[in-house]
Amino acid sequence: MISLILRTATRFLMILMLLFSLFLLMRGHNAPGGGFVGGLVAAAAFALYTIAYDPAATRRALRIDPRAFIGVGLLVAALSGQLSLAAGRPFMTGLWATLSLSGQERVDVGTPMLFDVGVYLVVLGVTLTILLSMSEE
Amino acid sequence: MTAAILSIFVLALSAPYLHRLAGKRSGWVLASLPLVWTLYFAVCSVPIASGESLSASHAWIPTLGINFSFLLDGLSLVFALIICGIGVLVVVYSGGYMAGHPLQGRFYAFLLMFMGSMLGLVLADNAVTLFIFWELTSVSSYLLIGFNNDRKEARAAALQALLVTGLGGLPLLAAFLMLGQLTGSLELSSWMTQAQAVRASPLYLPIVILVLLGAFTKSAQVPFHFWLPNAMEAPTPVSAYLHAATMVKAGVYLIARLSPLLGGTEAWVYVISAVGAATMLLGAYLAYQHTDLKRILAYSTVSMLGTLTLLLGVGTHLAVQAAVVLLLAHALYKGALFLVAGSVEHETGTRDITRMGGLKRSMPVTAAAAGVAALSMAGLPPVLGFVGKEVYLEALWRIPAATVLLAVAVVTAMLTLAVAGAAGVRPFIGEAASTAHPPHETPPSFWLGPIVLAGLGLILGVFPALVESSLLSPACAAILGRPLEVHLSLWHGFSPVVGLSAVSIAGGALLYATHARLRGFMSRTDFMFRWGPARCYELSLEALDRLARVITRRLQSGYLRVYLLTIVATTVILAGYTIISRVSWAGAFSGPGVHPHEAVLAGLIVAAAVAAVFSKSRLGAVATLGVVGYGVALIYVLFGAPDLAMTQVMVETLTVILFVLMFYHLPRFGAFTPRPARARDILVSLMAGALVTGLLLAATRRPLVPRLSPFFADKSLAYGHGRNIVNVILVDFRGLDTLGEITVLSVAAMGVYALLKLRMPKENSK
Repeated sequence: MISLILRTATRFLMILMLLFSLFLLMRGHNAPGGGFVGGLVAAAAFALYTIAYDPAATRRALRIDPRAFIGVGLLVAALSGQLSLAAGRPFMTGLWATLSLSGQERVDVGTPMLFDVGVYLVVLGVTLTILLSMSEE
Repeated sequence: MTAAILSIFVLALSAPYLHRLAGKRSGWVLASLPLVWTLYFAVCSVPIASGESLSASHAWIPTLGINFSFLLDGLSLVFALIICGIGVLVVVYSGGYMAGHPLQGRFYAFLLMFMGSMLGLVLADNAVTLFIFWELTSVSSYLLIGFNNDRKEARAAALQALLVTGLGGLPLLAAFLMLGQLTGSLELSSWMTQAQAVRASPLYLPIVILVLLGAFTKSAQVPFHFWLPNAMEAPTPVSAYLHAATMVKAGVYLIARLSPLLGGTEAWVYVISAVGAATMLLGAYLAYQHTDLKRILAYSTVSMLGTLTLLLGVGTHLAVQAAVVLLLAHALYKGALFLVAGSVEHETGTRDITRMGGLKRSMPVTAAAAGVAALSMAGLPPVLGFVGKEVYLEALWRIPAATVLLAVAVVTAMLTLAVAGAAGVRPFIGEAASTAHPPHETPPSFWLGPIVLAGLGLILGVFPALVESSLLSPACAAILGRPLEVHLSLWHGFSPVVGLSAVSIAGGALLYATHARLRGFMSRTDFMFRWGPARCYELSLEALDRLARVITRRLQSGYLRVYLLTIVATTVILAGYTIISRVSWAGAFSGPGVHPHEAVLAGLIVAAAVAAVFSKSRLGAVATLGVVGYGVALIYVLFGAPDLAMTQVMVETLTVILFVLMFYHLPRFGAFTPRPARARDILVSLMAGALVTGLLLAATRRPLVPRLSPFFADKSLAYGHGRNIVNVILVDFRGLDTLGEITVLSVAAMGVYALLKLRMPKENSK
C-alpha cells in the first residue's frame, strides 16, 4: 500500500526523529534520555521509513549494513573503557575534561559519554537488524 | 627467564611470516632463537651448580596470590636445556621434514607455541601459572597431533590426547587450590617450607591422589597409557619432541618437583612405584609386539616413563640419581631414534620394520646415529643409557625386599634391549628390502639432530663427569630437597648388579634373536587388550553422545511454546520454592495507601491483560497488549522514573511496528493446543504471575539498603559529572554491566538474524 501523505510526512518526521534521538543522547547525562532510548528513537525513525517505503529503501537510506552499527557500537563502548588504561587508571574509569563554550557556558565531556554513544549505536543496530530482516521475510 | 618464554611465544606468532620470508632456510632461521636460549641456560648452570637458584616474579593477580613467578633450579635447568636444546634440532629437522607442506609456517607456529608452554611449565614457581602452561602444552599438543587434520585418525587421536591430558589437568588444579588453602600461598617455593604441615593434614591423601591423576594422565601411565601410541598420528618431529623428549615428561617433572613436599610417605611410595612398575613392564611388552616403527618407539617411551615414575616413587638417593640420568639419556636417544624413524619413513615410504633392511648402505650417517642411540636405549656400554641402567638396577638392588620390582626391571630391560635392536639396528642391516622408491642419504637438516643427540649420549657416557656437578647433582638436590653429590662411571667393578646387568643383556639378546617368531605368538594375547582402558575411553565417549542425544530430543522440541513453558515452569518451581520457604509473609500485604488514579490505572492494565487473553483476533490482542505496555509506562511516570517510562514507550512502539510488519506472515490466529494443555498453561501462567507479585512484595517489604540511594544522589555529579542518576549509573558506576548487556543484545541480534536468514534458502528451494 503506497500512501503519498505518509511518504511526504515521513521525509520530515524522520529528520526530526533522528535529531531528537541525538538530542536525547546528548542530554542523557544530565536529564532524562541517554544512549539506549536515543537508539530506540532513531530505530523508530527508520522503522517509520520502512513502513512508508520498503526495507530495501531503508537499506539504501542507511547506506551501511545495520549489523555494522552493532560491531562499531561495541567497539566504541569497549574502547571508551580502555582510554583510561592508557592513562594508567583501571578499566572504564571516567576521564573528564571541561570545555569552555562561548561566554560563561561550560560543558563537561568525558569517556562515559563516548560509552553512551556506543550504546546508542548498538541499540540502533540491533533493532534495525531484527526489524529489517523480519520485514524482508 | 621471562624473556625466554615470552620471546619464544612471540617467535611462534611471527613464525608463518618469517617462514614466508626465509623460504627453504626457515628451519635454520627459526632455530636460532632456541639456540640462544640453550646457550643462556647452559651458562646459567654455573651459578646453579654452586647451589644458587635464579628467580623472577611479575605480579599478575596479586590479590589472589597469582603471579608470573619463575624459578630456575637444578631440576628446571635440566628440563629447560632439554626443551631448548632438542627444540633447536627439532625445528631444524622440521625445516627438511615438512618442506613443501602448504602449512609449514603454521606448523612452526604450533611447535614454537608448545616450546614456550613447556618452558613455562618447568620454570613456573606459581601453581596457577604452572597449571596454565600445563594446559597450554595439552592444547598445543592437540593442534600438533591433529596437524594433518584431513585424516580421521589424526583428529580422533588429537581429541583423545586432549581429553585424557585435559581431564587429568582438572584434578591437578583442584590439588593446587587445596595446597593453596592449606599453606596460604600459591608459590611452589613457599610450599616447600611447609612440607611437615601438609603431610600431617587430613587433606594430604586427597591432594596426592589428585596430583597423581594429573601426572599419570600426562605421562601416559597405566591405565592412561593408550593415548600416547595413538598420538603417533602427529608428524614425526612432533613425536620426537613432544611425545618422547618433553611433554610426556611433564608428569614426571611434576612428581619430581613435588617430591620434597609430598614424597616419602607410604601412600606416595607404594602408589607411584606400583603404577610405574606396571607401566614399564606393559610398555616394554607392547613395544616388543609391534612392527610399526613409531608405535614401537611410543610404547618403549611409555615403558621408560614408567621406569622414571617408579624411580621417583622409590625416592632413595640412588633412585633419584638414576631417574635424572635416565631422563637425560632417554631424551637424547629417543629423540634421535624418532628423528631417524622420520628420515627412514621419508626415504622408504614405510614404517613397518619387517619391510625394511640394509639401509646402512644407502643412509650411512643416519644408520650410525641410529646405532649409537639404540646402544643407549638397550643399556649397553659405553653410552649414557648404560650408565643410567647400572645406577637404576643398583638402586632397586639396595631396597630391601624389592625382589618383585627387581624382577620386573630385569624383564623390562631384556625386552627394551630387544626392542632397541628391532627399531634401531634391524632396519639398517641385512638384505636391502624393496621399497616404493630407492632410499638415499638425507640432507643435513635431517641427520643433524640424530647425530648430535646420539653423539651427546656417547660423549656423556664416556665422560659422565662433564655433567655430574653442573647438571645432575643440582637436579637431584632439587628433587630430594637436600644437597647430593653424584658420581657416575662406566665401570663400577664386579658386584651382584653387574651380574643382573649381564643376565638382562643375555636375555635381551635372546629375545632379539627370536623376535620374529615370538611376536607372532604374542599377538594371540591381543584379546586381553581389546577390553583395556582404550575401550573404556571409547565407550564413555559413545555414552556421552547418546546421553546428549536423549536430552536434546527431550528438551529441544522446536516449538516456542514448549520452550516458554519449560523456562517459566522452571523459574516458578525454583524461585517459588525459595520464597515460600525463606520469606515470612507477616504484614506483607499492608503497604502505603493507593491513590484513586493509581487504582484506575492498575485496573486498566489488568483489564487489558485479561482482554488480550480472550481476544478473538490478532489485532485485538496486539492492541490490548499495547495498552498493558503503555499503562506500565504511565506507572513509571507516576512514580518518578521518566527514563524508564520513555524507554518503555519506545519499546512498546517498536513492538507494534514489528507486529505490523510481520502481520501477513504470521500463521492463523487460533488455539493450537487441546483443552487439557491449555488448562496446564493457564495454571503455569497464573503461578508465574503470583510468583512475580510475591517477589515484588517480598522485595519492597524489606527496606532497601539505606546508603545506596543517597550515595548515588550525592556522588552522581561529583564522580560522574552528570545530574541524571539513572544514566550515570548505566554508563559510569555500573558501566561494566551495561557493556555486558549490550554484548548480550548484540549476540541476540545475531541469533535472530541467523534464524531468519538461514531459513531462507530452504524456503526458496520449495
